[in-house]
Amino acid sequence: MEPKITPELVAEHGLSPEEYEQIKSILGREPSFTELGVFSVMWSEHCSYKNSIALLKTLPRKGKGLLTEAGEENAGAVDLGNGMAVVFKIESHNHPTAIEPYQGAATGVGGILRDIFCMGARPIAALNSLRFGPLSEARSRFLFDGSVRGIGDYGNSFGVPTVGGEVYFEDCYYANPLINAMAVGICKTDRMATATAKGEGNPVFIVGSSTGRDGIHGATFASEEISAKSELKRPSVQIGDPFTEKLLMEASLGIIKDDLIVGIQDMGAAGITCCSSEMAARGESGIEINLDLVPVREDRMTAYEIMLSESQERMLVVGKKGKEKEIKEIFRKWDLNCVEMGKVTSGKNMKVWMGGKVVADIPADVLVLGGGAPIYTREQRRPAYLDEAHRHDFSTLPLPPDYNDVLMKLVTSHNIASKRWVFEQYDSMVRTNTVAGPGPDAAIIRIRHTSKALALATDCNARFCYLNPRIGAQIAVAESARNCVCSGARPTAITNCLNFGNPYKPEMYYMFSEAVAGMGEACRVLETPVTGGNVSFYNEDPERAVYPTPTIGMLGIIDDIAHITGSNFKSIGDVIALVGTTKNELGGSEYIKEIHDLVTGDAPSIDLDFEKRLQRFILEAIKNDLVKSAHDISEGGLAVALAECCFGDREHLIGAKVSFQLDLRADALYFGESQSRVILSIAPASKGSLTQLAASMNVPLALIGEVTSDRLQINGDIDVPVVQLSDGFYDSIGKAMHQPTR
Amino acid sequence: MKFGVVTFPGSNCDYDSYMVVKDQLRNNVEFIWHKDSDVSGFDCIILPGGFSYGDYLRTGAIARYSPVMGSVIDYANNGGLVIGICNGFQILLESGLLPGAMLRNRSLQFICKHVYLRCDNNETPFSNRLSVGDVLKIPIAHTDGNYYWYQADVDELERNRQVVFRYCTATGEVTDKANPNGSANNIAGICNKARNVFGMMPHPERASEALLGSADGLAIFQSIVANATSGVTA
Repeated sequence: MEPKITPELVAEHGLSPEEYEQIKSILGREPSFTELGVFSVMWSEHCSYKNSIALLKTLPRKGKGLLTEAGEENAGAVDLGNGMAVVFKIESHNHPTAIEPYQGAATGVGGILRDIFCMGARPIAALNSLRFGPLSEARSRFLFDGSVRGIGDYGNSFGVPTVGGEVYFEDCYYANPLINAMAVGICKTDRMATATAKGEGNPVFIVGSSTGRDGIHGATFASEEISAKSELKRPSVQIGDPFTEKLLMEASLGIIKDDLIVGIQDMGAAGITCCSSEMAARGESGIEINLDLVPVREDRMTAYEIMLSESQERMLVVGKKGKEKEIKEIFRKWDLNCVEMGKVTSGKNMKVWMGGKVVADIPADVLVLGGGAPIYTREQRRPAYLDEAHRHDFSTLPLPPDYNDVLMKLVTSHNIASKRWVFEQYDSMVRTNTVAGPGPDAAIIRIRHTSKALALATDCNARFCYLNPRIGAQIAVAESARNCVCSGARPTAITNCLNFGNPYKPEMYYMFSEAVAGMGEACRVLETPVTGGNVSFYNEDPERAVYPTPTIGMLGIIDDIAHITGSNFKSIGDVIALVGTTKNELGGSEYIKEIHDLVTGDAPSIDLDFEKRLQRFILEAIKNDLVKSAHDISEGGLAVALAECCFGDREHLIGAKVSFQLDLRADALYFGESQSRVILSIAPASKGSLTQLAASMNVPLALIGEVTSDRLQINGDIDVPVVQLSDGFYDSIGKAMHQPTR
Repeated sequence: MKFGVVTFPGSNCDYDSYMVVKDQLRNNVEFIWHKDSDVSGFDCIILPGGFSYGDYLRTGAIARYSPVMGSVIDYANNGGLVIGICNGFQILLESGLLPGAMLRNRSLQFICKHVYLRCDNNETPFSNRLSVGDVLKIPIAHTDGNYYWYQADVDELERNRQVVFRYCTATGEVTDKANPNGSANNIAGICNKARNVFGMMPHPERASEALLGSADGLAIFQSIVANATSGVTA
């Protein structure tokens, strides 16, 4: 007996009274309980992007080499040449992780991997961008440890190398950690699969794991704020099974390779409901499915539960009529379910049967983004704290008495310190393509049997976004591109994961709108179109919201593996060059947070046209073989970047001696985070050619010193043995996690 | 010679091993499906790394009962060369082809990083291209690689010179600090008494190209080929 639909029940489903009226007018009747559930998940923020899509459409989504347009398919695809495409995407799994870190993070990885292989691409790399509260708090350590184990266990077992990413610790992520998982795959361009259902009479299969009661209403849960009641939503968190996922990948790639199917889609948020309606809407078809045929884990599951289950490791496959036997054979080989549960129809409706009755009958396109799902533009208001922060006067800030001490504090600060405690728990090498794993500016994955490689980076300095969302988002794009350039890659395209608070709060919506605008501006200038991504709102609790965190996942292409460049200094006697301009900028820096306990000021300025010129110069210098190492200057400024160049290879520590005069505050000079700067090391013989090239491209470059044996010396102010910095840098996070150093 | 690489469901280094034999050694190689029980015609069988059958139980405990393993055991007992890498080593322990067991790493965490190995016995088909004392840089990637056996049995392994590789420092010293997982006597790889079955936790197939950070692992595969082509039996 299905419950009676009351206004309370509608509200519990996260639907507004207006939205409920709209549902009634679409159907011309009251919805059934199952239909209410279907609308509830499909019109949730998580699935419908109802409060973000209007702004997302302003992003540059076209460019040469793009094989799909953002939002069209499960992930973006970029032409790699040689008949190959790169498929990549980043997605959040923040809410589940906040209450169950191990499974929450693990299934985040599982979901993004399915998005890649359901395009016909074999995943070749994973990255993740993680944010937690400070490690001094037990809850933060619990979430951090659980998330890292979850990501590791899933990716390691599945067999994808986790090659990079970032981790930050900040008070604002205490209640709401951010888990953004990115995956990258490659496929043949003529074997790319599509998430479409069409062709009347074509069979519809549900494949992979059986359907259980886990994850029901996960999408709706992800569309509200975290609160004390969130613990009760623990059953909304799905349970991952990487072993089954690995088998599912092999079988899915098998049916795609053998050209047996019309379309395939991963069952992520909103499970069968989302797959059936989205695939039908994309193919402008109808779809009819019978839930009695769905393999289930428990008896007496209702239509509502089966439709909304978010059990992992499942796919919906639309086969080619006549190929049923071959499809089933491939899934049998991998010991997986493959059940024909419906057909593509000529109508427009998603019609769902159970027990001989129709339990839902809804036009597919009214459910989906770009169809009938609601689209809102919300009220926005500039938060008052912004102007106050921008007015902050740093001239009264006392200069530190001991710069060695400041440098040591910065290299051991958890935001800057080595993340080896994290990435040594990830298999970063499986599939034997990893040229540069976690640690340096960008991860590098070679493309076997070609001269090409991919450079991959994720980036977002959320403190900058908090202080200036527009500039902060521009910097996130620029820095991820700069990371790729320093590795020898040309930045090609981005995916993004936009983590924000409640969009119904005008201040939050303003921040969101500014960040999207800034991201779009940077992507236009740097010619890195947006291939897709994900929006996660409601990352807040009654205490506070997270900083606006628009995480950028950048794909760079290295045309010739001979151009691969590292960030570590190589040989004693090499010349060190500083490229770019250092300004009196302290706002939002790690230095003022760690040393002065301040998060204020304005984000550093950025001139996107200059950024582009700088990146062209670096690439040109690398291609002309003038550069032995290149490292982007980011958190901790010039001094920390120089230190990283010295201890980046812990087994081969090396020193540096630099001196330069600039009319700036000494702390801004050493630790300020002015943008568009890079440290190069070059052979002494290349000095003339490099300075000439810089002059001809109108890029400021100063030769500031040379590579030495074992100390870092800067002007007369800093003089430390590199091994001391190195030990602090590599062991800091392990110590905070109470691990004996080994 | 012809290599066979067994694919269990959940194997994920099968392709990597296959590619090293094909691209680096330029030898013949084929995959062997876990449901097959015919392993005739191969000169060396590789049990690759990964998480066979998900390894939700003890590592390798289910793989040991797969149809292919019955044949691999017969093959080994008839003197055939078998190398188990990581999960493959764990499967060899479970199937009784090698003595001992794996405990969880002493950090209780998965560990993936480059480590150093010292060759302690070069009179095996898997190490004949090395000298005793040679140091190899090869990565590990496992949660359960802490080799354990009763002290008397470990002593016997040592007496029989079955320890082929030990974890060491970059300069070849066998120290506790250089032991990444807590293995007894820093054991990284052992062979059986007859020398034809060999298991190691580190991944030589991941260290077979300089572009990927080390080519030191290639010597192990080259030893197998040298053994076959020289006609020297184990």
